[in-house]
Amino acid sequence: MSKEAILGAIRRGLKRGPLPTDQRAMLEGRLATHPRHLIPARSRLPRPEQIALFIRNVEKEFGTVERVPDLAAIPAAVADFLAAQNLPARLVVAPHPELAAIDWSARPMIEREARRARDGDVVSLQHGWAGVAETGTILFPSDPVRPATLNLLPETEIVVLRASAIVGAYEEAWDRLRAERKDPLTGGFMPRNLMFVTGPSRSADIEQTLELGAHGPRRLHVLLLEDEAAPGLASPAAPGG
Amino acid sequence: MVQVTSPAFKRNAAAALEDAGLQKALGKAKGAFLQRRAAAVAALPEFETLRDTGRDIKNHTLANLDFYLETYAANVERAGGQVHWCSTAADARAAVLDICRKAGARTVTKGKSMISEEIGVNDHLEAHGIQPVETDLGEYIIQLRHEHPSHIIAPAFHLNREDWEAQFRLSHTDLPKDRVFNERRDILAEARTRLRQKFLAADVGITGANFLIAETGSSVIVTNEGNGDLTQTLPRVHIVLASIEKVVPTLEDCTSLLRLLARSATGQDFSVYTTFSTGVRRPEDLDGPEEYHVVLIDNGRSNMMGTDFQEMLRCIRCAACMNHCPVYGAVGGHAYGWVYPGPMGSVLTPTLVGVDKAGHLPNASTFCGKCESVCPVKIPLPKLMRHWREREFERHLSPQGIRSNLALWAWFARRPSAYRLATRLGIRALSALSRGKGAFRWLPFAGGWTEGRDLPAPEPGGTFMARYQARQKEARR
Repeated sequence: MSKEAILGAIRRGLKRGPLPTDQRAMLEGRLATHPRHLIPARSRLPRPEQIALFIRNVEKEFGTVERVPDLAAIPAAVADFLAAQNLPARLVVAPHPELAAIDWSARPMIEREARRARDGDVVSLQHGWAGVAETGTILFPSDPVRPATLNLLPETEIVVLRASAIVGAYEEAWDRLRAERKDPLTGGFMPRNLMFVTGPSRSADIEQTLELGAHGPRRLHVLLLEDEAAPGLASPAAPGG
Repeated sequence: MVQVTSPAFKRNAAAALEDAGLQKALGKAKGAFLQRRAAAVAALPEFETLRDTGRDIKNHTLANLDFYLETYAANVERAGGQVHWCSTAADARAAVLDICRKAGARTVTKGKSMISEEIGVNDHLEAHGIQPVETDLGEYIIQLRHEHPSHIIAPAFHLNREDWEAQFRLSHTDLPKDRVFNERRDILAEARTRLRQKFLAADVGITGANFLIAETGSSVIVTNEGNGDLTQTLPRVHIVLASIEKVVPTLEDCTSLLRLLARSATGQDFSVYTTFSTGVRRPEDLDGPEEYHVVLIDNGRSNMMGTDFQEMLRCIRCAACMNHCPVYGAVGGHAYGWVYPGPMGSVLTPTLVGVDKAGHLPNASTFCGKCESVCPVKIPLPKLMRHWREREFERHLSPQGIRSNLALWAWFARRPSAYRLATRLGIRALSALSRGKGAFRWLPFAGGWTEGRDLPAPEPGGTFMARYQARQKEARR
């Protein structure tokens, strides 16, 4: 069968048979310890500057960021953003407990539905799982509480992200994912879908000239929750290496 | 399947040079890629060291490719996915068709995938009554025009804005004929609306993969448009097409390569969407495909293992080599006559379709070395092209004229005194002929050269050896 034919051809090229047990064990060890390689120094910064780097990078990639003091400030921030962008007051919201805890009573005009996104949804309110300062990237592991379609179908995506969820480099996010997540199907840590999103959708296919809003959202707006202690007293800088 | 027109490279290239539209498009696009990459690389001081890391990761993987492929496949299956091992393009086409038929598919959306071009999935599906729809903006217009991509990351590299407008008017006949495209954005908006309906209606989504991860059984795609994500999220069935050399061991290995990929390709720090897909929709998930298939394709790769060309299997398809290639920049991608153009294509195409058909490609290089100097995984592209030239010569595939001239040169090269005498006489003759003008606009037997540019006349002072010896004598004094 094809599998054996392909593996056999590879081994013939490598001039050996299947790997001996000790070499397999070595490779399995490498998979289990998943060693890090060189990590660029740019994100190894004191905490407040790391968050500032994240914001700068989101903006460099044509996203927008607003810092909000707490969850209670979300409804007003959302309402102002929708009004400023001339968007309808209707949201598809990720069914995440943190977002469900928001009290919208001060902004009763904003319609909200907690579900996956459908065609015709204009604005989504999504829960960001982590931010990576290195490139201003937001991570969205798919989950019943964080459907992937919210990142894709609406023209505008608003993301609620805790400042404490910002890490310096991608590798730190991998460590957190390995430590925190247990997948119901595989028992591993990877969700079905894990999106790294860096700015709004775009294309340069027409004359190599950049245009925003290709198939995904045209706008990406981050509401950054200031959930860390005052700058300087915050958690120590991200580990280097 | 893409017809191989590489044997006609010389004719293709000559036609490309005369093609005003193509030259306009190339002229506009060329500089943009170079500047963006240079800026992204300058902003990351560790970039050069990361290239070594990238090369080492890929070399380690290739040396243990059988192990990592088996581990990868086991992890895909653990996440509810299926792996279809395919030795040939025909096997892979059959596997895709079979999955689509079992899914009862009528339309299939597609993310951009070069392996899909290589194995010719679209024609095969169409021939069996299934409509494939390319959703990457560049691929979409290429499909409407019944063309093939001219660049591995910018498929419509050869087209101008007028071509887009004309094609959309021709293809989207339900829209008002007199609609105005004021800006590029209007072209994009029309494609977005049109393709949104296709995304929602599709029964199966087919994507490629930039990487496969052994540790987790994940497939990774990078896109800027989000089309690949809609393709792999909305339909009930997701098919991943990937060749065997796409596998890497861990997420950390993949991360290091991702730091190189976007910077080398488009000059972005990171692509807009980098997405890891692992298996089927989880029991409580609200979206995502219920079936996840990986069509794992060899199609000639395993034959490269253990040969001079194994190094080519490190390629991560960033296109930096073609973006920086003076030959690609002059003739564009279609002239190369198959799926993969530019320097990486000049090495890969002879491997996959045969040097007898693609022998012109490794010869269409000035060996300026720019491709190797920008390659994120340090593939020695000029060296590999030279290997092809040697094989072509050994197998008597090069034309008689070239062979006899090479034989003549070799005769002299083995006889230094004869070589020196000949060059001395040659230089004297050329100096006399040039009559102090410094360059020739025409020279017998060199019409091919002088047609395009002047041939510099020898400078006074004789041959290199004569000047070198004179200098040595001077130094001893």
